[in-house]
Formats: sequence, structure tokens, C-alpha cells
Amino acid sequence: MADIDLRNVKKSYTKGVPVIHGVTTTIADGEFIVIVGPSGCGKSTLLRMIAGLETITEGEIAIGGRVVNNVEPKDRNIAMVFQNYALYPHMTVYENMSYGLRIRRMPPAEINERVQRAAKILELGPFLQRRPRELSGGQRQRVAMGRAIVREPAAFLFDEPLSNLDAKLRVQMRLEIQKLHRQLRTTSIFVTHDQVEAMTLADRMIVMNLGIAEQIGRPIEVYEDPNSLFVAGFIGSPAMNFLPAKRFGDEVQLAGTQLRVPLPPQLRASAPEAIMVGVRPEHLVAESGGTTFQFRVETVEALGADSLVHGAFGEGTVVARVDGHMTPEIGTELTFSAMPGKLYFFDTATGKRLRA
Amino acid sequence: MVEHRPWFNVLAHAILIMGVMLVAFPLWITFVASTLTYDQIITVPMPLVPGDQLIENYAQVLTAGSNKGSSAPVSTMLLNSFIMATGVAVGKIAISILSAFAIIYFRFPLRNFFFWMIFVTLMLPIEVRIIPTFKVASDLNLLDSYAGLILPIIASATATFLFRQFFLTIPDELAEAARIDGAGPMRFFWDVVLPLSKTNMAALFVILFILGWNEYLWPLLITSREEMYTVVIGIKRMIAGGDATTEWNLVMATAMLALLPPAMVVILMQKWFVKGLVETEK
Repeated sequence: MADIDLRNVKKSYTKGVPVIHGVTTTIADGEFIVIVGPSGCGKSTLLRMIAGLETITEGEIAIGGRVVNNVEPKDRNIAMVFQNYALYPHMTVYENMSYGLRIRRMPPAEINERVQRAAKILELGPFLQRRPRELSGGQRQRVAMGRAIVREPAAFLFDEPLSNLDAKLRVQMRLEIQKLHRQLRTTSIFVTHDQVEAMTLADRMIVMNLGIAEQIGRPIEVYEDPNSLFVAGFIGSPAMNFLPAKRFGDEVQLAGTQLRVPLPPQLRASAPEAIMVGVRPEHLVAESGGTTFQFRVETVEALGADSLVHGAFGEGTVVARVDGHMTPEIGTELTFSAMPGKLYFFDTATGKRLRA
Repeated sequence: MVEHRPWFNVLAHAILIMGVMLVAFPLWITFVASTLTYDQIITVPMPLVPGDQLIENYAQVLTAGSNKGSSAPVSTMLLNSFIMATGVAVGKIAISILSAFAIIYFRFPLRNFFFWMIFVTLMLPIEVRIIPTFKVASDLNLLDSYAGLILPIIASATATFLFRQFFLTIPDELAEAARIDGAGPMRFFWDVVLPLSKTNMAALFVILFILGWNEYLWPLLITSREEMYTVVIGIKRMIAGGDATTEWNLVMATAMLALLPPAMVVILMQKWFVKGLVETEK
């Protein structure tokens, strides 16, 4: 149990290409942090730097108040769960889980007690004498977590642990990880590219893009109050609609349409010429009033509970989420309006959200 | 086969049986010859059914060698061959697995250079360096010793290369997981790499054992005393040169004996091969 401090952590490889541009945050004891971002954004690298598998070029990482920049992974008191599980193929489940403890010369009785306890939590009891190849994907995943749990570390590091599982199992394991965290209350850092995992698991999430932490905050904050075009587009499914627009005084005109949207008063002082207007599909409601969007339905994706309606609007397309039993016909003209206060304004040039 | 045609089966079997006979016939001749007396062998044609001299011939070569050629007992030679082949195989595996481990899992200056140096020596057969090697061995007083038989041919670029290729297939995460679990490099080698390499080691052992057993040129140079002969050299020395007659029955008995240990190694290790092929532990 410990807090983890990242102080302006940077990483560049020998050729001088920077991959992490300085991340600063404090992860509280017992917190569940999710680092989320597209592939190549540096999220795994950041995790591996915390684990000690990658060197830190600049800045400091402290675990439990102790700077660990030059500490070997085994002495950082962390445990890691890998994407491909990295179980030792020739060892039984029991041996896999106890390996780290045996190396640390823990008395066998205590090893046995810890393994049995972890096996009970993870329902691995019947499989302790099996080899990894005799287990299913979900069971292997649990063994990998068991190997982390028995160590009773200061922090768990998860590197995309669910991405090798099928969709159904992924949801199930997600819930199990959540349950596990509630039970053990160990500081956890979880890396994923799946924003649903990030939203559901995280106490706080770090949204990364191109080696920069674009936004750090509670999932609902990040969803409702995104800092940048990237965050707004990455969090939420389907993605937020972005409509290029141009400023005309206190209004912005959406490109390719005659529609003008009033700029909120607090933004009027600083807003630039080129503006990107964003609105989430779930914030478009099928009624008039306020800012209305009219478009012809081109495609409908019926998901059952609700349907996604795609239509041409301005120079691009717009997606709206409607109730499942109100699925419109293709070709019909629909009028939507944005819920009050649910239009987001971004600076097209910098990609930053316009704030007062 | 998808097709079910009786004549096709007959034809296929006929061809296979012919092939087996073609391969097995010389072996049969060797065996038959080793059970005959000298006089029976030199009759034309040679009998193709075993004679009654089996025990006499084998007992003679095992204890006293041939009468007219070399008179060293074959049992000593078999022991020499066995020690040499085992020493070479075990030594080659031990050295090459460690070199491959170093090349794959450690970052040190000139790592690639060393790998390519090892790789390049693949292209140099023992014959190329045999004279300097002999000079070195002789200067080190290794002539007529087991060390002399084994040491100069104990490094194997082929085995190093094979282990390197195998280690490349072990996921990096395994090494990282072991690092986090607290295993140092040698602990990781001993606990993870070695058990995973078991089947590769078994396969290499068979190949290297047979190579070592059949090594001819090197033992020929390095040994001059009869009690250090390997069995392959022994067979050659039994074939008397010049006008003396060669006791082919005894030579053939020795050849049969020389054949047995490599065959045994293959048969015993076959289980391991199959196990290794069925279990994909990775």
C-alpha cells in the first residue's frame, strides 16, 4: 500500500526521440488509476517506467515516498499483470503464483497460506496443479492476477490485461477486477486503449496522446468537461460530433450550413476565428428549440436499447443517439436540438477547449 | 489418403518395401558377415543367412581385437568413443546455451559483433583449422588424452545459433515477469530458460552425440596409443594394409558394435522428441 508520485516524468530513446513529454500527477494510496489512449501514445511506456522495466530519462517517480528511479523492479514492491499473462509455461499454477515468494525465501507455510488465500479469492482452487496451457484465457488471466496478489505489493500494474480476451469475458473480468480492488484496496495503475474499461474502472483516469497527458481527472469529469478535441473525441462512444465553424461576432456559423450558434458570453472575449463545435450523439434530442440541427437520415445502426442515426450535415456527417423503439426510416428529414449547455467549443488551431 | 483403391495400396507398399530393403540390405550383410568364419566370408557368393560364429566373433573383438590388424580390445574403444561423444555433446550444449543466453538477454558492447563472429565460424569446417588446432593441442600436452579428444571440438556455432533462435521465440514478458518476481539473470536462466529448452537440448544432444561418435579425422590425429582409439579409428586399424589378410568377420562385428550406441541414443531420445513436439509449452 503506497501512493505513487510522478514528477515531470520524461522518456526519450537513445536517438533523442521523446516518447513521454513530462507527466506529473500524484496517485493516492488505494486509488485505481487508468491510463488510456490510442496505441503509440506512450501509455505502456509510462507504466513500464513505473515498473522499472524502462529507464527514466528525466523527472522522478516515487513509490511510497521513496524515489525509485534507480531501483530494480524487484525492489520497487510492485506486481505487474502482462497483456499476454507471461505465465511460466513449465510451472503449475501453484508454482507460478508462488515463484516470486520462493525467490524471496518466504517460509513455505506462509507461501502456501498466501497462495491458498489468493486462489480462494480468484476461484482458482481446482486448478492449482494444472499447467497454464491447460487453462482457458480467463483462467490464465486470473492466474496472472493471483501471481500479483500473493506478493501483497504496494501497487498493481496492469498492462492491457483484458485485450486478449473475448468480448464477453472481458466484461466479466472487468467486473472481477473492480470487485478485487474493492476487496484489497491496493493502489492500481491500469493501462488500456478501451475507453469503456477506463470509464468503468477508474477512480481517476489519465488520457494520453502522443506522449502527453492531455487530461487527468475522474471519468465523469473527463467525459463532461473535456480539455481538448482529442479527449472529447476519444472518450465517449460513439465519438463526439465535430462541426467546423467560423466566428461571426458573437455567433459562430457552422461550415456548409446557414446555421449560426450563439457563442456563450464568457467565451466571447477570447474566441479565435476558426472554431470547432462539438456535440455528443447522446446530447442531440429529437425536438426543436434552441440550436437545431436538420439532416436527412443516411444510415441507422440499431443497437436494440438505442439506435445511432447517421446523417449528412454541413460538410460532414452527424451521429445522434435515439431511443431504440423510435428508429427512423432512412431518408426521412429529422430535426434535432442540442441539450442546453451541451455544445463544446474548441480552438481549431490548438485543439484546446475554449475556456473563459 | 482419400482414395481407396486396393491396387494403389499394393503398389505403395511395394515401393516402400523396396526402399526399406535398399537401405537395410547393407546392414543385413554386415550382420551376417559378423556371424561367419573368415573362410565362409571369402567364399563367392557370400552366404546370406547368419552363421554360427556370432558369440565367438563378438567375444573376440570385445576382449582382444583382431588377430592380424590392431589388437586393441573393442570394449575399450567403445568406452573411449562413448566418453568422447558424451563429452562433446554435453560440452557443446552447455557452452552454446550459455553463449546464446548472453547474446539474447544481456546488453554489452560489441554484442552483435560477437554473435556474427560465432556465426561466421559456422562456415569453417574442422579441416580448415585442423593443423593449428593440432599444434595447440600438442603444445598443451593433450595428445592421447580425453581432454585432447573433447576440448578442441567443444565449441559449436550451430548449437549457439539454434539456441539463439529458440530464445528469440521466448516472449520478452517472461523475462520481465521474472525480473519483477525478483529473479536475477542466472536464476531466470536456471528456473525458466533451461526447463523451456529441455526438448531442444534433447534434440541437439542426439545430433551432437552422433556427430561426436562418428568423428574420424580429429581422433585419428590426436591419438597414437591403441588404448585411446575410438571405435571408428579402431575399425580402420583392423583393416590390415598391404598383403596381410583382413578378417572381415571381425571388422563387421566391430562395425555392428559401433552402430549400437548411436542407435540406442536415437531410440531412447525419440520419446523426448515426440513429447517435445506434442507439448507446445510456450
